[in-house]
Amino acid sequence: MHDLILKKLKERFAESILEVAEFRKEPTIVVRKEYIIRICRFLKDDPEFSFNFLSDLCAVDWPERKPRFEVVYNLYSISKNHRVRLKVRVDDGESVPSVTSVWSTADWHEREAFDMFGIKFEGHPDLRRILMSEDWEGHPLRKDFPLTKEEVMFNYNKDRPPRIMK
Amino acid sequence: MNVEILKKTEKPETETMILNMGPHHPSTHGVLRVILELDGETIVKATPDIGFLHTGIEKTMENKTYNQVIPLTDRMDYVASLSNNLAYLLAVEKLLDIQAPPKAEFVRVILTELTRIASHLWWVGTHAHDIGAMTVLLYAVREREKLLDIFELVSGQRMMTSYFRIGGLAKDIPEEFEPKVREVLKTFPDKIEDYENLLTKNRIWLNRTVGVGTISAEDAIDLGVSGPVLRACGAEWDIRKSNPYSGYDEFAFDIPTGKNGDVYDRYLVRLEEMRQSLRIVNQALDGIPEGDFVERVPGVVLPPKEEVLSNIEALIFQFKLVVEGLSLHRITQR
Repeated sequence: MHDLILKKLKERFAESILEVAEFRKEPTIVVRKEYIIRICRFLKDDPEFSFNFLSDLCAVDWPERKPRFEVVYNLYSISKNHRVRLKVRVDDGESVPSVTSVWSTADWHEREAFDMFGIKFEGHPDLRRILMSEDWEGHPLRKDFPLTKEEVMFNYNKDRPPRIMK
Repeated sequence: MNVEILKKTEKPETETMILNMGPHHPSTHGVLRVILELDGETIVKATPDIGFLHTGIEKTMENKTYNQVIPLTDRMDYVASLSNNLAYLLAVEKLLDIQAPPKAEFVRVILTELTRIASHLWWVGTHAHDIGAMTVLLYAVREREKLLDIFELVSGQRMMTSYFRIGGLAKDIPEEFEPKVREVLKTFPDKIEDYENLLTKNRIWLNRTVGVGTISAEDAIDLGVSGPVLRACGAEWDIRKSNPYSGYDEFAFDIPTGKNGDVYDRYLVRLEEMRQSLRIVNQALDGIPEGDFVERVPGVVLPPKEEVLSNIEALIFQFKLVVEGLSLHRITQR
């Protein structure tokens, strides 16, 4: 099934496929982000694949890479019982086309990716934070976001650090 | 005066009202705030505001070793901790390419199915309580306690079990395990009858559940809904059948489905699922194979305590595993 998906995608969107990988029998296809809506729409509508279920949409932060983020789409077909994983790469500050028009469930998933990583989704109907409060600063799942941060509660003598007793 | 105004404008101008529902206190189940737009008594728009129980588990996990994460998975859903343990461990085991021994798989199936029953019990109990039938909650909690006793027996904890480990189980099942589960298998079918007698034809229950919260199968799939909610819409889909894990393909069980996708059908599906879970537990309990309860992969699974106390290599493994955690790099090089 994996080969067939790849073959059909290569026929139709030859220039969009960047990388193909397989790990533990799970296929992953990295595609150009400009094509993501068209590819998703094709995979959903093609009767041979009918990927009607978006199991998960999430993001990964690779601080040392350029582009920095990966958005991962885990597709599943309830009727055909097969899976495929799509990935697009996006840099900090750039945006990815939203797939909410393909699967409604992408709405909240994309909001979460936006909330946690700060990735913008173009064409999303209501892109705002979902888990963190509206006034939250930063995006917690970025690798450079500190795990714990303590506010300084008493700072009346901050300019006069305590002398070391001798 | 008022009558004159009403006569003048045939349709009085109205505007909708915004009302905040919640957020509820974290000790109540399912903390949620819904921003409602009301037109009189009718809700015209409901915007959910979630995230009140967001604890950043994902971020915490990133900074822990693979074994340290297991207790965190308990806390993702405190009424189904063993299922969460299993889901996490299956992913880690797939990553490491190791397989739990048959005995561990059977015990895992038994315990996760009992967890399913406990979770469904809690659902039916609190749900009935919320819409006005308190008796069911007391009964459901009473039966759930029997199941929690079994979890306590194997793991020492009622709810935060953390019993499963990478490659199998934390320790072997005790001798009392089988008779205890047998007792539940014997007594529980009658209890399900009791809930059915209390609810299935109860007029208040019917009035408040039939036709409420209806979702069509297409909408459910489009919205990424799975589990009993999807099955209640009529889709005959179960991950245990379509992608069997932990040897689920060896057990005979049916997938209960509903028709209308409303709350009542979800209730019926969950009740039937409890019966099917009992079937699975029965088969698994009869067939628990002999053997080790954990696959002893060096560098992944803690060595047995006796070896740690007598063998320097085992001591080093224990030390490295506890202090450093397992290194995926080293494992894949193996």
